[in-house]
Amino acid sequence: MSIFKDKQYLRVNVDNVSDDSLWMKCKACGELIFKRRVRENNNICPNCGEYFFLTVEERIEMLVDDDEFDNISKSIEASDPLGFVDRKPYQERVEEAQGVTGLPDAIVVGRVRIGGAPVILGVMDFRFIGGSMGSVVGEQICHGIETAIEERLPFVLVSSSGGARLQEGLLSLLQMAKTVAVRARLADAGLPFISVMTYPTSGGVQASIASLGDIIIAERGAMIGFAGRRVIQHTLAQDLPEDYQTDSFAFEHGAIDRVVKREDLREELATLLGFFVEAA
Amino acid sequence: MSDERNLDLLETKIEELKQLNAMDGMDLSGEISKLESKLEELRKALYSNLGDWERVRIARNPKRPYALDYIGAIFSEFYEIHGDRMAGDDRALLAGLAKLDGRPVVIVAQQKGRSTEENTERYFGMTRPQGYRKAMRAMRLAERFGFPVVTLIDTPGAYPGVESEEGNIGGAIAESLLTMARLRTPIVTVVIGEGGSGGALAIGLSDRLIMLENAVYSVISPEGAAAILWKEKEMTQEAAAALNLTAQHLTDLGLVDDVVPEPLGGAHKDFDATAQALKQSVVRALAELAALSRDDLVDARFARYRAVGAFRELTPTEHADDVRAESAEADTTADSADAPDA
Repeated sequence: MSIFKDKQYLRVNVDNVSDDSLWMKCKACGELIFKRRVRENNNICPNCGEYFFLTVEERIEMLVDDDEFDNISKSIEASDPLGFVDRKPYQERVEEAQGVTGLPDAIVVGRVRIGGAPVILGVMDFRFIGGSMGSVVGEQICHGIETAIEERLPFVLVSSSGGARLQEGLLSLLQMAKTVAVRARLADAGLPFISVMTYPTSGGVQASIASLGDIIIAERGAMIGFAGRRVIQHTLAQDLPEDYQTDSFAFEHGAIDRVVKREDLREELATLLGFFVEAA
Repeated sequence: MSDERNLDLLETKIEELKQLNAMDGMDLSGEISKLESKLEELRKALYSNLGDWERVRIARNPKRPYALDYIGAIFSEFYEIHGDRMAGDDRALLAGLAKLDGRPVVIVAQQKGRSTEENTERYFGMTRPQGYRKAMRAMRLAERFGFPVVTLIDTPGAYPGVESEEGNIGGAIAESLLTMARLRTPIVTVVIGEGGSGGALAIGLSDRLIMLENAVYSVISPEGAAAILWKEKEMTQEAAAALNLTAQHLTDLGLVDDVVPEPLGGAHKDFDATAQALKQSVVRALAELAALSRDDLVDARFARYRAVGAFRELTPTEHADDVRAESAEADTTADSADAPDA
């Protein structure tokens, strides 16, 4: 067990654990590891404790009872309202991301049980254009919350996002307002919202829905913040503290309630939801 | 912008000629009127077909009127309030009471500085957490006493420094949005210059969105988009065009309620006319909103934001099979941006 394990400002490694090869090399400890063992260990390096990325499917498997996920996502995808082309047409980026992730966009919402408690769960996937929130992600979050209101259930959102989807311009920015407006209705209905911030939760997602949980839990290794490191270094040329925008930084400054290890997250949510079951 | 400098030069020359004309009793009026029509011609040529990047330049022009200029011209008795009651007072975001045609309103406005000194004090118009928290205080005050809220957006963005993150800037923006989503009093927002991303939207969740003709409002600056999406600084102009950030583009997307025209060259060329036109637009918006009950007002605001977005029915592809939703509602897709016109 390396000392790395206890370093609070450990970053989650985005290496893909889920491709077809049998072995992978852990970038943190250099050890050649058998992928099945990594997967069985919640995508944490069995040798040094490095966190690897979780796909939406892996995240859901890790969190929900009996691997049961009743997908209630709306059957929608990005429509490229601006006809946006940077180095590549937006439409092409979306198709590529759909190919890589097997998802229509950067989020899936479904009806699940966690520790026996029925909840509506939204899970974001960073591999889909940085988990960015455009019209589709905004709509799915709202749809999840509205389903929670209809069915009198708590809403849990696992964020993993770099922020707003730039290719949809102001329409993406306004998804911040849209999700917040719908979140207010959940509160009016007396139903809890638990926000789980994972690596990374930043920009427009952190500055809207993700920061409005009744309880906010960060997975260990989460990067949490509004403006990216690069932006700060470029615009202000400021020196940044070593733990800048890490889980412990957010915790020390009072932005989140708790930091939880990945392997403890399901139990943590189950315990927490237990307080609200009557309210729900 | 060297063309603009030439215009300014010509304008100065004409002024000088006019002074000569008055002093010496010489008759230069023929020359003057010739030069004036030349000036007008050049100005039209330069400004009537502005590209999106040129609009960004005008929106950021240091000669452009700032929030305090509009507050002085449109409202009376501005009584500034200070502090978030927690951490401090952000000078990049002003809040206060004022009167509009004799009636009290609450103003929340982002303010840039003119001199280097003032810009240091005002963080170049970049709002910090204590600014958003002061804004929330002011808006709740408005709600308690039934005053409408007018917000003026003019910021490159929220201040991205270490102290902002220490104060949970993202959380402050989120809370401000939540406050505005529920506020039981009318809110009118005007983008007077730069609408820079989440830092602008944080005071922009409202019942009416007005933009000055040369104001811009965007998810990211053109420079930021060029760096992130194109990985080339040189693509800034292309990024400006791609982002659809001008008042006209955003109106076409159904996101803006009213665009207030500016004189050729920008609001600073005829500030009084611009301010009066803006005043009329604000007064009109507030009159419409005053007709609504508090419940209807908040419901309409909700409907306005709930409808924002553009997406389409999922087209069948091989890879998406296993995750496609089973129970999609038919009435929820839209091919174009839904206009928030509640």
